[in-house]
Amino acid sequence: MTAPATEAWRGIAAELEDEITGKLGTLLRRRSRALLADLIGPYRRLVVTIFLLIVASQLAALAGPWLIGVGIDKIPALEHSHDAAPMTVVIVAFAVSVLVQAATTRAYIAGIGRLGGRVVLELRRRLFAHFQALPVAFHEQYTSGRVISRQVSDIDSIVDMFDEGLASLVSAVLSLLLIGGGMLLLDWQLALVVLAGVPPLAFLSAWFRRESAVAYRRTRTTIAQVIVQFVETFGGISAVQAFRRERRNEEIFGGLNQDYAKATLWSQRLLAIFFPSVTLVGGLAIGVVLLYGGFRVIDHQMLVGVLVSFLLYLQRFFDPLIDLSQFYSTFQSAGAALEKISGVLDEPPTVAEPEFPAALPAALTDELGRQVRFEAVRFGYRAATVLPDLTLTIPAGQTVALVGTTGAGKTTIARLLARLYDPLAGRVLLDGVDVRQLDDRTLRREVVLITQENFLFTGSIADNIELGKPGASRAEIEAAAAAIGAHAFISALPGGYDAEVGKGGGRLSAGQRQLISFARVFLAAPAVLVLDEATSLLDIPSERLVQNALRTILTGRTALIIAHRLSTVAIADRVLVLEHGRIVEDGSPAELLTTAGEYAALHAGWQESLA
Amino acid sequence: MREYLRPYYARLCCIILAAILAVTAETLVPIVTKSVIDRVVVAGIRSELVPLSIAAMVLGVLQAGLNFFRRWAVSGATVGMEKTIRDDLYHHLQRLEPAFHDSWQSGQLLSRATNDLSTIRRFAGFGVVFFITNTWTFALIVVLLIQMNWWLGLLTGGVFLPVTVLCLRFEKRYRLLSRRYQDQQGDLATYIEEAASGIRVLKSLGRRDEASARHLAQARVVYGTQVDKARLRGTFWAALDLVPNAAIGLLLLLGIVAVGRHELSLGGLVAFVTLTLLLVWPIEAMGFILATGQEAATAAQRIYEILDTPPLITDPAARPGASMDRPGLSAGRWLSDHRAELAAGVASPARPMAQGSGRLVFERVVFGYPEAPALVLRGVSLELEPGETVALVGATGSGKTTLLHLVPRLADVTGGRITLDGADIRDLPLPELRSRVGCAFEDPTLFSASLRENVGFGVPDASEAAILAALEAAQAEFVADLPWGLDTRIGEQGMALSGGQRQRVALARAILGRPEVLLLDDPLSALDVHTEAKATAALASVLAASTALVVAHRPSTVLLADRVALLEGGVITAVGTHHELLATQPRYRDLMSADDLGDGPDDGAGNNGRAAPGVTAGASR
Repeated sequence: MTAPATEAWRGIAAELEDEITGKLGTLLRRRSRALLADLIGPYRRLVVTIFLLIVASQLAALAGPWLIGVGIDKIPALEHSHDAAPMTVVIVAFAVSVLVQAATTRAYIAGIGRLGGRVVLELRRRLFAHFQALPVAFHEQYTSGRVISRQVSDIDSIVDMFDEGLASLVSAVLSLLLIGGGMLLLDWQLALVVLAGVPPLAFLSAWFRRESAVAYRRTRTTIAQVIVQFVETFGGISAVQAFRRERRNEEIFGGLNQDYAKATLWSQRLLAIFFPSVTLVGGLAIGVVLLYGGFRVIDHQMLVGVLVSFLLYLQRFFDPLIDLSQFYSTFQSAGAALEKISGVLDEPPTVAEPEFPAALPAALTDELGRQVRFEAVRFGYRAATVLPDLTLTIPAGQTVALVGTTGAGKTTIARLLARLYDPLAGRVLLDGVDVRQLDDRTLRREVVLITQENFLFTGSIADNIELGKPGASRAEIEAAAAAIGAHAFISALPGGYDAEVGKGGGRLSAGQRQLISFARVFLAAPAVLVLDEATSLLDIPSERLVQNALRTILTGRTALIIAHRLSTVAIADRVLVLEHGRIVEDGSPAELLTTAGEYAALHAGWQESLA
Repeated sequence: MREYLRPYYARLCCIILAAILAVTAETLVPIVTKSVIDRVVVAGIRSELVPLSIAAMVLGVLQAGLNFFRRWAVSGATVGMEKTIRDDLYHHLQRLEPAFHDSWQSGQLLSRATNDLSTIRRFAGFGVVFFITNTWTFALIVVLLIQMNWWLGLLTGGVFLPVTVLCLRFEKRYRLLSRRYQDQQGDLATYIEEAASGIRVLKSLGRRDEASARHLAQARVVYGTQVDKARLRGTFWAALDLVPNAAIGLLLLLGIVAVGRHELSLGGLVAFVTLTLLLVWPIEAMGFILATGQEAATAAQRIYEILDTPPLITDPAARPGASMDRPGLSAGRWLSDHRAELAAGVASPARPMAQGSGRLVFERVVFGYPEAPALVLRGVSLELEPGETVALVGATGSGKTTLLHLVPRLADVTGGRITLDGADIRDLPLPELRSRVGCAFEDPTLFSASLRENVGFGVPDASEAAILAALEAAQAEFVADLPWGLDTRIGEQGMALSGGQRQRVALARAILGRPEVLLLDDPLSALDVHTEAKATAALASVLAASTALVVAHRPSTVLLADRVALLEGGVITAVGTHHELLATQPRYRDLMSADDLGDGPDDGAGNNGRAAPGVTAGASR
């Protein structure tokens, strides 16, 4: 089952820790158990009610065959004495048991649905809120794919457990116990004969559970690979066709598809072995009961009605073993899902909110922004120190451009200011207040970071701009767009401000997306703006629009820009050239041009490229 | 669907036979029980007990054995069928032009290849078999009951008819509810996805609470439907318990009367009750089976919707016209009939590969999307001499990328023609054309495979040296830092590369096969000022070897070209060097001159655009 040599095409990658499920599902770890207890806690009474309902329903189901047997034994008496009373009692009792069974079944299934729904709703709420609270550093390492699968497929497994698994599990166990007990009470000798069938089946179920757990995992991993290959092929169909890749892809896909087929086949064959085996034991048990029970009836050691009850019980006695095994994989994946979810919920938000938030001094005027100060700040990722010791003061209202090669620490400075990370040493101050002392709301109102992605949410253009100031009126939204210079293109779209942007803003060009995200920030009106400028994805006419918008948005606030284009640097008041986390040049663009430094060299190269 | 089932016909017949025998054996057990009670217990014939008990055991063994055979055989047949269809689907989809793929949502194709196929597999394996055996069981039991006591038998059979209708209706309602649940869940998942992808935006604007509130509101909707579903399920299962049990209660009542009037034996009464219980499953399952049948039919239709779409861009030898002349023959059939030829066609081109010199000519090329009324290209004429590099410049949406896609025939021209060394590209075998043309698109598509596989994408047998050389020419020096070198997995499921790194891998891929013609779509867009110089040097070295058409957005890229063509309004309006066009074309200046950036507001967009006529490149042709 290890990867055959033909799979070299896939290449080598580091395994993701949480994807290795191992034997997690078999035994919930303490963490998952605590989470489950915490989730179910408020519904203790509902849980008890559901349990009692299941017991009642199983008892009612148990009564049916017994009453039929009793009824049959009453027939001779009826014939002889013509006293209909005992028989009436039996039939009324039977009718009652039928009604009780139906009513309790309906109630417990609905009850489990409600319980499951509540628990899942709470879990969804906690998980989403927790992901929102976790720092960006966590998200970058964890990747959005896993954030999504925790909240979608893992939650689905838990829903499945409540929908299909839980009721079946509880009633299967109860059914085995109650019917087994009932048979022992009716006639313990005959019952022991029937119960002799249980140990081999229990053994077989254990084998089946083990094998099917392995098979289940294999089908999951093989289908996942089929899906990846499928999605990537047709996502990149132009490249596939342009490079005549079809044949090689078919080899690869054929192999993956074969692996999946093999895995599916084996899991079905496991069922082909297990289910008929249960049938076999059940069938043999009927024969044995007829034989031994028949002799006991003839010898007047047992009533014929009891034999009939036994035969009726046997029709359902072994079925729960199938249910138990069938839902095992449901439980296993729910257990693994819960384990992964509880792992996420245990993750502490490293950028924690202050216990006693400080207040910022009132802004001097709305037109200036706030002063930003880095005080002996040190920061690094794991072993690598990115900023050894940074001290920097940006007066209110100043626009600072950061220039430097990849890894010089530009992004880190931006992130520390926006408090996506906390410094290892030193302080980041906003008008003299440590950003760690500010609550999230205040900080986010004062400092906004615009990243390169310009991510837009599905919805209209107006919705996306409104995100800057929830509840903003249409007039405010349009004013923001107009200030940014986006009004013209938005009005030209069919639907104007109500035009849908498509998934991730796909219906708009990169330049248009950037303008909308600027309008959003303009509406949010933070005192300090941190901007990680997009690389040269824009064509020149779009860049022109964006540059103009930038001028508008920078007015009246403090700004820190990670500049990729020198045209952006040109509109800054001050340029910082970074090298290995240290500021090596500091001055206005005009000043720096006169020195023979890094910035002057970059600028010369840029001029050349425009020639 | 039949063609896929055909290899399994014989096996399917055996399976159905085995299933029928198995349920018959099951149905006969109560008859044995009846004999035990009537003949052994009531009549006291002790000697018959042992043979009758053994008969019951034999029936049990038979039932188990036949079921084992059925399941084992079914799994082989249906899994094999599923695999074959999925392979064919993949094969066919790979041959459908990109325009087809653009018109489908990505999830739609995937759900056909996974969910729909599983639905068909389940129906073929269980639905069909159980439909037949359940009908048989129902008929058999009713006949046995009538035989034992005609009026009780008719009554029992009659009670179950409304139950069948009830099951069907429940199934339908439940399915509607499930679909609603899935839709709502899909909406919730979409929001979760967006919140995950846009986490930086949400965090930097401090919109955590708003996002959580919106998520909770959507999750509540899902919760509501989930509870409705559970309630309906509860009612359904309760009804399934209630109805047969009520029937048994009634039976007990009437049966005792019948026994009293000696119309039915005691054993007969027991057999009646047992057989009635055996009726529950076939009826309960019927609603489910019919629903799966309906689903499988829809799924098959959805799959054939794809298999029946003929590829529009094909080899000259296999033009779609040839197959479409014969009405009634589906492409699916056509495909399975011609699979061998198609495969051979890829391996050995219809015409021997003639390495030409790479003269690429666009002659009044017209292109429009079938559903859009406006043409994208309205008569593009352009000649590229062997070895020449031409930059293509135009505003966003002017059709530059479309023009590039026409060369490797990722789309076919609507009018006019494109020739390569004098031959219409539609007359060249596809594999030959596509091996002579190399391309790198704006969004470099990487696949979750090793770097080696990604670079040698079109040349599976490329040597390590060739791959390394291509990477070097593309200045992809970062390869040296990858943990497993060329074997490192990149793409979605592997090592994350930066935009610039991805573009350089795509560039290496494009040049690996030493194509005569290179088509590059803004190959340096993802680079910043620091890396641009290096990448420009890479590009310069790459362009020297081939005829090249390069879409350019920035002056630095344009400068690598011998000539520049300005694409406007679907035609080439000017051709010349960068400096010539800067001097003579205001629209070109607007697109390419960044002089004004960073100095002051400028509204140069669009109003001085239209180039003077007469400079059009196509005028000479």
